[in-house]
Amino acid sequence: MIRNLKPALISAVVVVILSGLLMGIRLSQQGTSLVLVGAGADVAVKIAGAALFIFLFNLFRDHLTSLWLKVPALPRTPAAFSILAARPAVHRLFWCFLIAAALIWPFLTNRSNIDLATLVLIYVMLGLGLNIVVGLAGLLDLGYVGFYAVGAYTYALLAMYFGVGFWTGLVAAGAMAALFGFLLGFPVLRLRGDYLAIVTLGFGEIIRILLNNFTSLTNGPNGIGNIPKPDLFGLEFSRRASEGMQTFHEFFGIAFNSVHRVMFLYFLALLLVLLTLFVINRLLRMPVGRAWEALREDEVACRSLGINPTAVKLNAFTIGATFAGFAGCFFAARQGFISPESFTFIESAIILAIVVLGGMGSQLGVILAAIIMTLLPEVARQFDEYRMLLFGLLMVLMMIWRPQGLLPMKRPHMELRT
Amino acid sequence: MTAVTPLLDVSGLCMRFGGLLAVNEVALQVHEGQIVSLIGPNGAGKTTVFNCLTGFYKPSAGSIRFRGEEVSGMPGFKLARKGMVRTFQHVRLFKQMSVVENLLVAQHHHMNTNMLAGLLKTPGFRRSEKEALERAAQWLERTGLLEFANRTAGTLAYGQQRRLEIARCMVTRPTLLMLDEPAAGLNPRETVDLQELIAELRNEHGLTILLIEHDMKLVMGISDHVVVINQGCPLAAGTPEEVCRDPDVIKAYLGET
Amino acid sequence: MPDWFYYLLQQLLNGLTVGSTYALIAIGYTMVYGIIGMINFAHGEVYMIGSYIAFIVLAALALMGIESLPLLIIGALVVSMIVTSAYGYSIERVAYRPLRGGNRLIPLISAIGMSIFLQNLVRLAQGSRDIAMPNLVRGGLDIGPSTGFHATLSYMQIIIFVVTLISMTLLTLFITRSRMGRACRACAEDLKMTNLLGINTNAIIALTFVVGAALAAVAGVLLGMYYGVINPYIGFMAGLKAFTAAVLGGIGSIPGAVLGGLLLGVAEALTSGYFSAEYKDVVAFSVLILVLLFRPSGILGRPEVEKV
Repeated sequence: MIRNLKPALISAVVVVILSGLLMGIRLSQQGTSLVLVGAGADVAVKIAGAALFIFLFNLFRDHLTSLWLKVPALPRTPAAFSILAARPAVHRLFWCFLIAAALIWPFLTNRSNIDLATLVLIYVMLGLGLNIVVGLAGLLDLGYVGFYAVGAYTYALLAMYFGVGFWTGLVAAGAMAALFGFLLGFPVLRLRGDYLAIVTLGFGEIIRILLNNFTSLTNGPNGIGNIPKPDLFGLEFSRRASEGMQTFHEFFGIAFNSVHRVMFLYFLALLLVLLTLFVINRLLRMPVGRAWEALREDEVACRSLGINPTAVKLNAFTIGATFAGFAGCFFAARQGFISPESFTFIESAIILAIVVLGGMGSQLGVILAAIIMTLLPEVARQFDEYRMLLFGLLMVLMMIWRPQGLLPMKRPHMELRT
Repeated sequence: MTAVTPLLDVSGLCMRFGGLLAVNEVALQVHEGQIVSLIGPNGAGKTTVFNCLTGFYKPSAGSIRFRGEEVSGMPGFKLARKGMVRTFQHVRLFKQMSVVENLLVAQHHHMNTNMLAGLLKTPGFRRSEKEALERAAQWLERTGLLEFANRTAGTLAYGQQRRLEIARCMVTRPTLLMLDEPAAGLNPRETVDLQELIAELRNEHGLTILLIEHDMKLVMGISDHVVVINQGCPLAAGTPEEVCRDPDVIKAYLGET
Repeated sequence: MPDWFYYLLQQLLNGLTVGSTYALIAIGYTMVYGIIGMINFAHGEVYMIGSYIAFIVLAALALMGIESLPLLIIGALVVSMIVTSAYGYSIERVAYRPLRGGNRLIPLISAIGMSIFLQNLVRLAQGSRDIAMPNLVRGGLDIGPSTGFHATLSYMQIIIFVVTLISMTLLTLFITRSRMGRACRACAEDLKMTNLLGINTNAIIALTFVVGAALAAVAGVLLGMYYGVINPYIGFMAGLKAFTAAVLGGIGSIPGAVLGGLLLGVAEALTSGYFSAEYKDVVAFSVLILVLLFRPSGILGRPEVEKV
């Protein structure tokens, strides 16, 4: 214990240095002059407390470690359960149950919950799309929000200048995002991992800056509004129909209820998510999916077998971008208004966190992580200020303690039946 | 010698790394159906030559002609598609994937990779997958690995991994197989098996083979033609017997007496 | 001399000023990358913290009645460097060291998380709005006719040049002459070997982070005084630009980072002066993309050969 004294003292001093000035003294603007305000006694107490904690923690480190090791491990899932869970029939049953629950649930709950669920589904779609790029192909894309923005703005601009409807907009948004993905990916995907990350970050930022400054086209920071909501084969979800159109409730002869539109949006989002899941599941069982896996393991070996790494990576990049485009179009339609502010780097970071925390490559993990990431701030409203702070901390901690994510991926294997 | 165009014709090959000339005017010819060995003391530059031939390095100078076509400087994957496939000194398998999946990935550019076909599981797609699996099964059988088909590649014994690497090359339907020290780490019994496998590949499947090797027994036993390089420069070339007796070669390996 | 000459000269002066501060931050990136091959995403935030500490110290010293400029600057520099060094050390210890070796993606994500954490830490502690400081250094040297169009080299700019020069000289002396510096260079060449030779590589890596952080603090003090305004989000942009500078000059090379910083600063100033100030940031990203596409090893870097 004595030999820990010096390191413990040093670490306590470091804590004080870290927080003393920065948090103990607050800069305050009084007119044109700068004034210092002491942050208050409670902050001083917190700093002292933190220093004391670190000091004691380091001092008794050895004792604490041995205590920690003595703590009994969590009971492992019984072997029978794991074997059962691995059977494909059980998998299918599980997913059927999940989808059925997702379909029935909105009829049992209120409007704002459904609205929230739609937001969750948007993030699920974004997470699944980025999962293809990061989790399956192993490409760190920090500018994913750029494709999201392209999709949203494609629909918004087409609606504003050409009066295009949602469904056309959806296709256009996906195609435009795919095009951007291809153009951006083509020169950039042969770069090494961390360089690729920074360059994609740069691309995301360039797109945002261009959208912000190209005011003549995009209205700049004021954004674009009056984006039309999606309709069901021409049936609108409003109280009164616009010219030449019919409304949903009139067509079906029921009373108007504003929850119909919310539900429709939810089911639409659900449909898009299910489509995404289907495509991903197919991709994993196609040559390109196997190539992604092989590329992640050993790119040199892939080249020696005739696989063009850039082409295969470009595939992943473009497909991922397409899904972001779809999500963007849907987002624009749901909000009715978009501006460059919704497409900052932080969004990319959040989506990346969803993929990483969920377990790179794992669909179910991503869905779970998206649900948690979107619901947590809603549930813990009082922590709103601390949301991003905890988010950053969580990213660091997860990487240290469980980098494989909440539900690590289990890849489908091709079997040779002899 | 006949006037037939060699399958692989290398002349004046040079590779420079900064100030170091690792490969200096190396030349070799491999005719169709031949087994040629490239030997030399450690550090002679053999793997560098290989890397140049297989598109992993861009040679500083020289010409590499495959089937008469100039291919020097082309990227590795393009050469592989033309039929020049290689193995590596340290086995490079996809260790987390299963044995059969390794063989499926190797057939990537022969398969139906059409997006829509795969998404909709068209008959064309299903046929392509089936054929690939059959081909994989054939080669697993020929290399004696069929029983491990669904095992993770990383769990195989070293000798089996080496055979898998060769099987993986074979499913790409190569013309020229280039083996980088295929006997490294194998015991004498396994080396004999390897020798038989290489002979079979050439005799029954019409393959042309170029290999780098240190195991002299294997080299002498299997080669039609041997090329010796030392410190990046060509030293000798000829039949195994000729090369064995060449005084320069002996001096290079054993030093001055 | 015609007007356009003075206008150009002004842009160049402005560019070199900002560029030399980019160089200071870029050195931090390049040193870390050279030794452990990772991008320290949180480095920009360390610079930002340096600015905040600078403001706090300057305000405190002013309140205590100290008016001598050299004392103010030195005070701000010293305290800022101490605090940021502590941050640099802690960040490495907490977020990077446990993740060394293995998948490259994981430390990068941890770095991003750390960056977000620090940004919001400062936001919570000091508020998210801009904080402005009255201009402490006024005036400058006029170059050209005293009436009509001329260029001005402000005293603040001179201070920036001088302090940057001193810092880089000290750094060069440290790297080339001292034992620790030699150890740093050895680690950058071959970390494993250096470790096997008995040098405490963990300590050297920590030292690299500390030195980088200290230089970022210098940049924070100087730029804080130059622009006069700070907020918790300046770290993000500055970090990206400094990283661009490091890549431009050749990642891993300290002279490269300096060269890259200066070039980027000038490129930005020219864009701002002749095209549009709003697209200034796009310049940095475009440069980054172009460099990585056409000459990834940078100006002073050596092209890497892949080991097969």
